[in-house]
Amino acid sequence: MKIAVCVSHVPDTATRIKIAADQKSIDPAGVSFVLNPYDEYAVEEALKTKEKFGGEVVVLSVGGDRVKETIRKSLAMGVDEGVHLKTDEALDSFAIAQALADEIKSLGSELVFMGKQSVDYDSGMVGQLTAELLSFNSISVCVTFNLDGNTITAEREIEGGKEIVETSLPCIITAQKGLNEPRYASLKGIMAAKKKVIQEKPVASTPALVENLQLKMPTAKNPGRILGTDSSAVPELVKLLHEEAKVI
Amino acid sequence: MEKKILVILEQRNGKIKKSSFEALTVAQNLASSLGFSVDAALIGNEVENLSEVFSYCSCKLVHFTHADLQLYSSSAYKKIAVEYASQQGCEIILLSNTSLGKDLAPRVAIGLKAGLVSDCISLEQKENQLFAVRPIYAGKALQEVKLNSEVKVFSLRPNVFKAVQLETKANEKISTVVEENPDLSNRVKQIIRSEGKLDVAEADIIVSGGRGVKGPEHFNLIEGLAEQLGAAVGASRAVVDAGWRPHEDQVGQTGKTVSPSLYVACGISGAIQHLAGMSSSKYIVAINKDKDAPIFTVADYGIAGDLFEILPILTEEIKKLKS
Ligand SMILES: Cc1cc2nc3c(=O)[nH]c(=O)nc-3n(C[C@H](O)[C@H](O)[C@H](O)COP(=O)(O)OP(=O)(O)OC[C@H]3O[C@@H](n4cnc5c(N)ncnc54)[C@H](O)[C@@H]3O)c2cc1C
Ligand SMILES: Nc1ncnc2c1ncn2[C@@H]1O[C@H](COP(=O)(O)O)[C@@H](O)[C@H]1O
Repeated sequence: MKIAVCVSHVPDTATRIKIAADQKSIDPAGVSFVLNPYDEYAVEEALKTKEKFGGEVVVLSVGGDRVKETIRKSLAMGVDEGVHLKTDEALDSFAIAQALADEIKSLGSELVFMGKQSVDYDSGMVGQLTAELLSFNSISVCVTFNLDGNTITAEREIEGGKEIVETSLPCIITAQKGLNEPRYASLKGIMAAKKKVIQEKPVASTPALVENLQLKMPTAKNPGRILGTDSSAVPELVKLLHEEAKVI
Repeated sequence: MEKKILVILEQRNGKIKKSSFEALTVAQNLASSLGFSVDAALIGNEVENLSEVFSYCSCKLVHFTHADLQLYSSSAYKKIAVEYASQQGCEIILLSNTSLGKDLAPRVAIGLKAGLVSDCISLEQKENQLFAVRPIYAGKALQEVKLNSEVKVFSLRPNVFKAVQLETKANEKISTVVEENPDLSNRVKQIIRSEGKLDVAEADIIVSGGRGVKGPEHFNLIEGLAEQLGAAVGASRAVVDAGWRPHEDQVGQTGKTVSPSLYVACGISGAIQHLAGMSSSKYIVAINKDKDAPIFTVADYGIAGDLFEILPILTEEIKKLKS
């Protein structure tokens, strides 16, 4: 069984965002990039599944040269092979899904793990888009995953609870925090990852369905008021919430 | 043929969700400025108060029923929505960006060869084009986008667009379609509900606790205030990671993004990842003993004091106000 895992390379969540001069992207100066936090759960689940059932894990990432870092990090965690689907364009989610679907098809992989969302554009759709392009089943936002023969059972997080979903292979699972505890890359893993060859394949350019017009900063809030330093400020707080904000 | 907007409504437990009424209001406004008509599709077996739909939007409601459609099935719901939208030639499809909508919208988009903008916080037409705004980097920036496809799908962030009742309720046009053999290859078997709990993603008021609460045994202070306010209980990642609260309560960049009318942060420092998930709340109250805590930079009102002293009195005062 070939298990695929798709990862994206995103600014660290602690990064402060500055908009670049083109008004369409963020200024990468001083931004440190990491493996998308949700994709760490995806990598971990792929590795666990391999440890249970055998096979090999292939990591895919679409983007410019810097995504190699993220592929390398996945390899260091224990992934067997890396494929860099290379493009220097800022592709929309549909083009990314198409590139991933084409590669998954040529790998012949029937089980794919992704994150529930990339913490850059927060689209939360590449998993389902890819599944639909491939006519695969898929379950998004999973906090548990169980494979038994051909049958997949997973719990997904919903408002006020969870739902248990059942489906079958071929399938794409998108990972939510809680699915597992991602392992750290061991020193041995890091050394081994350096020796692994990352295959590079160009991505054909396609016209964007989703056109990015501009980025803006949200309007800054007016600084609020500190009403006091102990419970004597409580009556004023309640009054403001009731009469000024009218929220209670 | 008249151009159409399709709103895909959502029911849970046979009740239409509030976010669906918000989507109906958006559809109503777009339809009148674009000269479109509106169809609303509701999938589910037994749904109460269907006619409430007509309080928000003048539309035709199509109710797709089958015993196995009460719970979500991505395969069946997608097929129904895609077939209906293509038969009717719907050009704009609206859903809510709820857990169901997030899962379904991309599937519908591929089925209709449409583009999709997820998590919109604004959707406006200018010169017959639709412009959507969505938060990115967990709200640290906003992105304005448009779709170049003929059919366009938008999912709307709950709690941002206001559901507005029409002055006079629209005429009721309901048709029922009994589905035969829905495709259940991907389906929800069972829902596990967190006992009687209001979810942070759906709540109008949230009271959240952080590491300043000192331990799970003190969360009764947070819960007590939440109860008086009819609020959901939220948490920072620090307390979720410590196992004091379940992950579903986590607010922030790797938890839930919320925009309630009122967010009360107690003993939360206001790390950038926490702010990312809640800074779009309409009103924010911070209670933190460190007056320099970053949470005060986003708070409308703050008390720079000890939550153990303040919360019991605040809870009491609110109780008085409510009675
Ligand atoms: C990849 C990544 C993702 C993350 N995602 C999230 C996320 O989604 N959500 C999130 O919340 N965090 C997230 N974090 C963690 C974040 O960086 C902070 O560590 C976390 O938010 C801190 O939680 P806290 O405010 O409860 O704790 P602390 O930062 O320890 O703050 C506790 C506060 O309580 C105050 N306090 C103490 N005692 C009292 C008292 N008696 N009365 C009043 N105030 C008191 C203190 O002054 C302090 O400000 C993420 C981090 C990373 C690296
Ligand atoms: N450029 C990319 N290369 C590989 N996988 C990606 C890429 N972008 C997104 N993904 C995968 O799709 C998931 C959801 O991303 P998104 O829809 O962009 O929020 C991510 O967690 C990744 O697993």
